[in-house]
Amino acid sequence: MTMHTNAQITEISPVVRVRRVQATDIPYVIALDTRVTRLAKAEYWNDVFRRYGKQRRHERFFLVAENRTQRADARLLGFIIGEIRAWEFGSTPCGWVFALSVEPKMRLHGVGSALLEAIAGEFRNAGVSKMRTMVARDGRLPMLFFRSEGMIAGPYIQLEKDLD
Amino acid sequence: MESHAGGDVMRLQISTRLAIFAVLELTARQGRQLSVAEIGEKYGVSSHHLAKVMHVMGRAGLVRAIRGAGGGYQFAGNARRITLLDVAQLFEDLSSVEQQGNGPVDATPEGQMLSEVLDEIDDIARATLGSITIATMRKLIDRRETGRARPRKPSRRTGGAHAPELTAISLFREPNRP
Repeated sequence: MTMHTNAQITEISPVVRVRRVQATDIPYVIALDTRVTRLAKAEYWNDVFRRYGKQRRHERFFLVAENRTQRADARLLGFIIGEIRAWEFGSTPCGWVFALSVEPKMRLHGVGSALLEAIAGEFRNAGVSKMRTMVARDGRLPMLFFRSEGMIAGPYIQLEKDLD
Repeated sequence: MESHAGGDVMRLQISTRLAIFAVLELTARQGRQLSVAEIGEKYGVSSHHLAKVMHVMGRAGLVRAIRGAGGGYQFAGNARRITLLDVAQLFEDLSSVEQQGNGPVDATPEGQMLSEVLDEIDDIARATLGSITIATMRKLIDRRETGRARPRKPSRRTGGAHAPELTAISLFREPNRP
């Protein structure tokens, strides 16, 4: 694997690479998310692209893994989104990953790992040394994945309450 | 799980710990079987106790007994899918049981509130055990061993305090991950 920091492209293999999202990727992002979550939310993803794909790109990272053979049915293999947030919850600046999705047919092939590594590289290049995410306790697959990547429980506990 | 007033709040039972150690030992030597005596020697436990543990895991399909001279046990599960919770549940009840007891004090608002707090702790413990596969444990152990054996290369930004670059690259190069 080679990383080209300036070009913000990570080559996973001769046919797969991770790069910044482009407007033309969004239909594929929407389609992938719809297949995985069974809930179409085009408006949400277009808004995410506006905020994370085009603005404050030095601290917001919307990356996609793509099949470089450009076959229309398998072009986008997955995506990851995160940003650097500072001083919230009393925390020093750290990278937050809040979305990660991999084409179901392409799981267990290192795509998720490559996406996570790529965004970790972006966070690192931006000067932070900690990466966080949040996973549902019963979210078995994402929990197993992030754990296998060496992520452990952090110093915060998420709290909530029902609003009557 | 046992609760203790001091030190660790949650502790796994001895059988559970032995089972986890045994599975980790077997997965460290894939394709080769280990005798109960070999595993027991490393962890300083009696073969008698460990044999019972292995028998339970054998019935659950986690390990396979190899008979005859040079025989022993082999890991027979999917290390990337079997979690610490799967192993632990063979030896202790970690199901989501209400903490509420039967005594009159448990029916009081105080007793019920305490039960909810203890349930919350149990939920987190279960989620943690259920999130770590044998393969992940093996990888973390191997990484720790490698880190001890080889000094870390200083990072440009952190001066080597976290060495995240090394971690990320070594993780990526392992095949067949999610």
